[in-house]
Amino acid sequence: MSFPWAKEYKPSHPLMQWLDEKLPLPRFVYNAVGAGYPVPRNLNYMWNFGILAGVCLMLQIVTGVVLAMHYAANSGVAFDSVEHIMRDVNWGWMLRYAHANGASAFFVVVYIHIFRGFFYSSYKPPREMIWLLGVTIFLLMMATAFMGYVLPWGQMSFWGAKVITGLFSAIPVVGTPLQQWLLGGFAPDNAALNRFFSLHFLLPFVILGVVILHIWALHIPGSSNPTGVEVKSESDTVPFHPYYTAKDGFGLGVFAILYCTMLFFLPNALGHPDNYIQANPLSTPAHIVPEWYFWPFYAILRAFTADFLFIPAKLMGVLAMFSAILVWFFLPWLDTSPVRSGHYRPLFRKFFYLLVIDVLVLGYCGGSPAETKYVLISQIAATYYFLHFLVILPIVASIEKPAPLPFSITQAVLGKDDQTAPAA
Amino acid sequence: MADEAIVNASGTDTPAVHDGSGGEDGVRRRDFINIAAVSFAGVGGLAVLVPLVSQMAPSADVLAESSTEIDISQIAPGQAIKAVFRKQPVFVRNLTPTEISEADKVPVSSLRDPQTLEERTKPGKTNWLITMGVCTHLGCVPLGAGEGEVKGEFGGYFCPCHGSVYDTAARIRKGPAPKNLEVPPYEFTSDTVVKIG
Ligand code: HEM
Ligand code: FES
Repeated sequence: MSFPWAKEYKPSHPLMQWLDEKLPLPRFVYNAVGAGYPVPRNLNYMWNFGILAGVCLMLQIVTGVVLAMHYAANSGVAFDSVEHIMRDVNWGWMLRYAHANGASAFFVVVYIHIFRGFFYSSYKPPREMIWLLGVTIFLLMMATAFMGYVLPWGQMSFWGAKVITGLFSAIPVVGTPLQQWLLGGFAPDNAALNRFFSLHFLLPFVILGVVILHIWALHIPGSSNPTGVEVKSESDTVPFHPYYTAKDGFGLGVFAILYCTMLFFLPNALGHPDNYIQANPLSTPAHIVPEWYFWPFYAILRAFTADFLFIPAKLMGVLAMFSAILVWFFLPWLDTSPVRSGHYRPLFRKFFYLLVIDVLVLGYCGGSPAETKYVLISQIAATYYFLHFLVILPIVASIEKPAPLPFSITQAVLGKDDQTAPAA
Repeated sequence: MADEAIVNASGTDTPAVHDGSGGEDGVRRRDFINIAAVSFAGVGGLAVLVPLVSQMAPSADVLAESSTEIDISQIAPGQAIKAVFRKQPVFVRNLTPTEISEADKVPVSSLRDPQTLEERTKPGKTNWLITMGVCTHLGCVPLGAGEGEVKGEFGGYFCPCHGSVYDTAARIRKGPAPKNLEVPPYEFTSDTVVKIG
């Protein structure tokens, strides 16, 4: 599974030898994140975000399990139990803020991780499966975060649940029964809150399972790298430990500083004040928006205001919103350029940056009130979003003349590679 | 595979006996048993899904709360109240004669969800407009029933979430919502009491 020059695990201590025979867990770790895993020598900090995402998942699981010890999933007392966590439980305020801001941090990290994939075309063969599993993780994360946000049972929780499950009512014929089935009632209430808690507890562990598959799939071809040129010989790699444990450790430190700054100095900056008002089924807050990490997709949802042929506007919006993520599944087959890295693709690179701007614009509109001007901008940006994936990428792949690639990673790093043919 | 090995090992060459194929129609008994066993297990497995899926549907107590009685004697023309039916708001509105004639003026064919005010109210009680207070877009509560709330440019209801506008018959006139505000099933149990549900 790894390169032939990977170092073999040779335990010297008799206890470790005994363990290696009975359950070779240390061997597994050694081959996965230890000296037994050779990794391209030129990875930059963009390759730090996978580990960071794993750290965020652990952070959410630990803080979440602890919160669940004090939280009560009953619509009569849920809001009060969260206030009880904030005011009475020892360190409760910190654990809750750590969990709420941890969700945001998780999404920041994962978005960077995904856009790293876009820029370096990490989704291309032989890494399609890693990519498909990654998109699956992202979908699960969105479901988890949505249900988590319902738990404090504030105004935003309630109306978020109502509007998001309302999306399903757009589906013809089965829509409304489906929505009632999801909620276990006609509107969000105790039944919905309870099942959301159950699923919010479960899904992170499902995510963990898919993460394991994701890493398993990664360890077959190994990581790509900023040149996009595959590893050719031992001089192209360094062992994961100590080189990348150290590099990732430094990145983790920087992450921790930024995260703690949010946690301790701006804990509510990303939240909505309305969620400190208890859920009221009879009054909708004047301005309902989802959490920031859903904004680009929310903007696409709202961009559809007119019926299209026989498809009502509401259904179009819902379909478009889901397609905006589902289109990622097809990326390995839409971008057919043989060159991976954006560094060697001058035309692709320009469109990549346009996409980044486009998604930021969508995000801005998604967080703004539904006024005509924002809806109009969303319509343009949403159109461009789909054009990028469905039209621009395939065309660029066929007309672009890529810049010359280095012979090997070693050559890209050192300027020469002893392995190179006479030319070097 | 396994019985082939046994056949070969024992050196017999009478597979007809060992592979269990009996009938003249050529159906092997073993295949039949396999298909039958897997089918039964499959049906059993699917049957288990029924309770797993239907436990999610609204439970008996939620369905039991499904009717509400409202006293309408205190609602003056031009006023409205919000009541609760199935944990969702209902708007009970006493329309003024102007509001009724405004609703009647609109050519029905020009509407997104064509319905007359008469079709949306009970005979002889056209002034009592009773609808769910649930926007047919994504379910927010529209404004316009409460004292001093904006009623939107068609004088009915206005949904602040994504800007749907309803007229004095609570019919959708503008914005993303596809349908008129839903009229719940109801009846007048007396002149002053309505039973919803
Ligand atoms: C993928 C990982 C996870 C994400 C993205 C996530 C996200 C969220 C979010 C956004 C909230 C709302 C925070 C607020 O506004 O107060 C929340 C609340 C909550 N989560 Fe999680 N969560 C994750 C994992 C977990 C796990 C593993 C558990 C428990 C086993 C858990 C238990 C809870 C509880 C009890 C609450 C309600 C208390 C509160 O509102 O602070 N979460 N979660
Ligand atoms: S929910 Fe009323 S306009 Fe969207």
